[in-house]
Amino acid sequence: MGIIKTKNVVYEYIRRDEDGNVEGITKAVDDVNLDINQGDFIAILGHNGSGKSTLAKHLNAILNPTEGTVWVDGMDTNDESQLWNIRQTAGMVFQNPDNQIIGQVVEEDVGFGPENIGVPTKEIWERVEESLRAVGMYQFRKHSPNKLSGGQKQRVSIAGVLAMHPKCIVLDEPTAMLDPNGRKEVIRAIRGLNDVEGVTVILITHYMEEIIHADKVFVMDQGKIAMEGTPREIFSQVEKLKNLRLDVPQITLLAYELQKKGILLPDGILTIKEFIQALHL
Amino acid sequence: MLRDITIGQYYQTESVLHKMDPRVKLGGTLLYIISLFLIKNFVGYIIAALFLGIVIKLSKVPFKFMIKGMKTIILLLMITVLFNLFLTPGEELVTVWKLTITVEGLRSAVSMAIRLTLLIIGSSVMTLTTTPNNLTDGMEKMMRPLKVIKVPVHEVAMMMSIALRFIPILLEETDKIMKAQIARGADFESGNLLKRAKAMVPLLVPLFISAFRRANDLAMAMEARCYRGGDGRTKMKPLCYQKRDYIAYICILLYLAVGITVGRILF
Repeated sequence: MGIIKTKNVVYEYIRRDEDGNVEGITKAVDDVNLDINQGDFIAILGHNGSGKSTLAKHLNAILNPTEGTVWVDGMDTNDESQLWNIRQTAGMVFQNPDNQIIGQVVEEDVGFGPENIGVPTKEIWERVEESLRAVGMYQFRKHSPNKLSGGQKQRVSIAGVLAMHPKCIVLDEPTAMLDPNGRKEVIRAIRGLNDVEGVTVILITHYMEEIIHADKVFVMDQGKIAMEGTPREIFSQVEKLKNLRLDVPQITLLAYELQKKGILLPDGILTIKEFIQALHL
Repeated sequence: MLRDITIGQYYQTESVLHKMDPRVKLGGTLLYIISLFLIKNFVGYIIAALFLGIVIKLSKVPFKFMIKGMKTIILLLMITVLFNLFLTPGEELVTVWKLTITVEGLRSAVSMAIRLTLLIIGSSVMTLTTTPNNLTDGMEKMMRPLKVIKVPVHEVAMMMSIALRFIPILLEETDKIMKAQIARGADFESGNLLKRAKAMVPLLVPLFISAFRRANDLAMAMEARCYRGGDGRTKMKPLCYQKRDYIAYICILLYLAVGITVGRILF
């Protein structure tokens, strides 16, 4: 069993009209099976309302499934007694950087998680330093979070989760509120965690460019897993992605259009570099 | 424009007072205020003023920052002084028109003015030398005994520090909403008081909604980071008394002894 495993997970919520009468039941997550190995970089894609954020909240027991089971490092998320161990194992970074920073100084915020799990003072300082260095924010440790840019704030949030020494980090659209530069910074930091620290990363996003380095991609639609595979396998199915209301990266689209016009190019080109190489052949 | 407001007027510099444990400063301020009301004669006030002067010198905060705190209460001070001056019965000193100044009135007015001035300056020394965060930490630790009677000390301190963290964010948000509403033709600046108060509604409603949404998000983020109240929590920056803190306590107690003896018993 991998670090995260879900079996037939269903999450339902009841829709109500303005008077509180039941209008119907929506399945936000519908029969999802995942098996994620330690050290993988996983991306979960989907348009708005596809259930990807709801699924993410199951992975560290913020939500519990209506049906089915979620295991985090072998622990069942329905088991109340394991709740804090689960949250320590699978950290979570949210979309809005302002709403997840608690401290008034960067280092204090990073120390918040370790404080909660009862790490001794001396070790907190070590963890804070090491986490801030890992995301490249060490020189800002004495700053107020209010004075940082969005990308920097989000990196502080990642350091805050990292300081709890999780085996797995779930990032729920961490770049949705950032400008292109901030987005690049954050993605670089996330890739660093995965490559250097060996942390399992589950990145939820709707930006295609961010997932080309993933080991495996899941595409969600209406609560179900609609597609799964390597980025190359996913991006070679341009028509299917379009039907799921997702855009492929520009370079992939260009290659696809050229292919359709009869130019010989391989399927699923992901980067400009690959494209140039393919043209030379 | 709203971003210029600073709350918790901390003045950043390196001094003994800045490094001191917040508990010493909180306790010291409290004792100082009590001493001001126990002292009954002017020699006592001179001692109190001298003590404060030395503390200010030690804090390395420019004196004009201390005076800033006075501006807000100058009206209150004037009213207190005038009431004391004219309304205290006793031996007549001067009579102008219908107003009579008595010896006792003059005495109590002057001592009231001195007391309030020293009180305000004294407490602003504390806020100027202590970061809000440090202050909440100090309060939490000082009030810990209250936990026995079920006062949620940790929770209150946590709420205070979160509130402080969100003040600038909410101010920025207010600014944004204001601009958005102005762009749609809202008018916040003209009309009488009632009209202006009414104009605030389209500002406050979205602000409250957004604050609730933020609170919800923050609660989820805190839970995701294993926050479960004060029990079993360790501290990144624990408060512990140093040698200088004990010395400070001794100084405060010495002042208290001298000030009260001189101010109440002698003379």
